Amino acid sequence: MIVGGWLPGLVEAVVQSTSHARILQVRVPDWPGNLPGQHLDIRLTAEDGYQAERSYSIASSGAGTLVELAVDRVPDGEVSPYLVDDVLPGDALEVKGPLGNYFVWDPTDPSPVQLVAGGSGIVPLLAMARARARRPEAAPFRLLYSVRSADDAMYRDELEQLRADGLDLTWAYTRTAPDAWAGTPGRLSASVLADAVWPVDRRSLAFVCGPTGFVEASADLLVQHGYDPARVRTERFGGLS
Amino acid sequence: MAEFTRGFGARRRTPDPSLPPGQYLTDDFPVLSAGPTPRVPLDQWSFRIRTEKGPDTTWSWSQLMDLPIEDVHTDIHCVTRWSKLGTSWRGVSLDTLLAAVDTDFGYAMVHSYGGYTTNLSLDDLRGGKAWVAFEFDGQPLDPEHGGPARLLVPHLYFWKSAKWVTGLTMQKHDDPGFWEQNGYHTHGDPWLEERYW
Ligand SMILES: Cc1cc2nc3c(=O)[nH]c(=O)nc-3n(C[C@H](O)[C@H](O)[C@H](O)COP(=O)(O)OP(=O)(O)OC[C@H]3O[C@@H](n4cnc5c(N)ncnc54)[C@H](O)[C@@H]3O)c2cc1C
Repeated sequence: MIVGGWLPGLVEAVVQSTSHARILQVRVPDWPGNLPGQHLDIRLTAEDGYQAERSYSIASSGAGTLVELAVDRVPDGEVSPYLVDDVLPGDALEVKGPLGNYFVWDPTDPSPVQLVAGGSGIVPLLAMARARARRPEAAPFRLLYSVRSADDAMYRDELEQLRADGLDLTWAYTRTAPDAWAGTPGRLSASVLADAVWPVDRRSLAFVCGPTGFVEASADLLVQHGYDPARVRTERFGGLS
Repeated sequence: MAEFTRGFGARRRTPDPSLPPGQYLTDDFPVLSAGPTPRVPLDQWSFRIRTEKGPDTTWSWSQLMDLPIEDVHTDIHCVTRWSKLGTSWRGVSLDTLLAAVDTDFGYAMVHSYGGYTTNLSLDDLRGGKAWVAFEFDGQPLDPEHGGPARLLVPHLYFWKSAKWVTGLTMQKHDDPGFWEQNGYHTHGDPWLEERYW
């Protein structure tokens, strides 16, 4: 992984994903391609030269210069409200990356994969699930996705499509659940997790991503359930919730 | 010069000269680590320094507590772009720990419970710049934040302040640790924005 300087990018498309999150397609002519799970840094420059930088995971992977991001609005935030509410196709920004060589899925690894996402933590895990879907011979995937309600799930339709194509998908709801859902909405519990994830003896490789508090709690649950800490990889997005 | 991003800048924070470039201020204490949090009981905790010269020098928890303890007030800067100003810590200076040690090497690999490593030069560990810290804001350090004890090297990005620290191994060359092999800069000065390779 060689990280160069800032690369110019142009927003090519924006798609509303939930009422508070948006998918951005960014054309980066010099993008070197990236692995599923990596992130990049974004830099925004105001007209008076003021700049702000933040990290965002990449929902796309492989070769190609169209990079897909998905951003959830942090209500009192500086950068995410701009990316979710203001940025339009044709707007310029800069990116640096791809970054991170550890929170990545290697398609040649035969281990079953356990994905655990909270909120916008789905983004790098979707990149892995998409990469998996392109390789029918690759290892089996399970995804446990914790969201506030069905309407808060990013990429809901695409995930249901991936389920139809073989992704073992479990939803968990923290605030409001659809009528058909059996459980009680609330924070991810040990028993919901135990029912959803690969049994310990499958020696799966787990990727956990989301807000810091969610990652702390779910990675601990996996270890208490018997997962080897060395096979639980985490990416924390920040915040306390 | 960077291209402008149309319409950006309305929600900007007031720039703060105490922040290194590209950092923003937070009141939270977010967490950066690659896996789940190891939990190490104090009666099983130890800290050791290994050199090219002789047997390891080792401290138990109570031996560490018997060393001179310093109060440290400092700003901290994480590579994921948050900075926190004026944090308070207590810990034992690496000058104290390294005084017991004879080495001709110029670098150290820092080892943690859980298997993580990070590399540092002895110049960055000596001279009142680094501690083994076990208290934050007057409380024992939480496991999430590296307790029972973490390295504290606040003049570098915070991943160098290895959580759950358990020892140093002197090395002749600046061989990269876990984070550094996975894309982070070998030195990590926030004022020079030494974030990535
Ligand atoms: C490796 C990495 C990958 C990331 N990938 C994504 C991604 O794919 N999609 C995405 O939407 N975000 C992602 N993030 C989070 C992103 O970098 C920003 O932190 C987030 O968009 C908030 O920025 P902001 O400028 O709006 O808020 P800020 O102005 O920076 O912060 C406002 C307040 O919100 C708190 N806060 C910061 N981040 C979060 C958070 N994630 N959750 C809750 N509270 C927070 C801050 O502590 C502060 O109190 C990622 C972060 C990292 C480190």
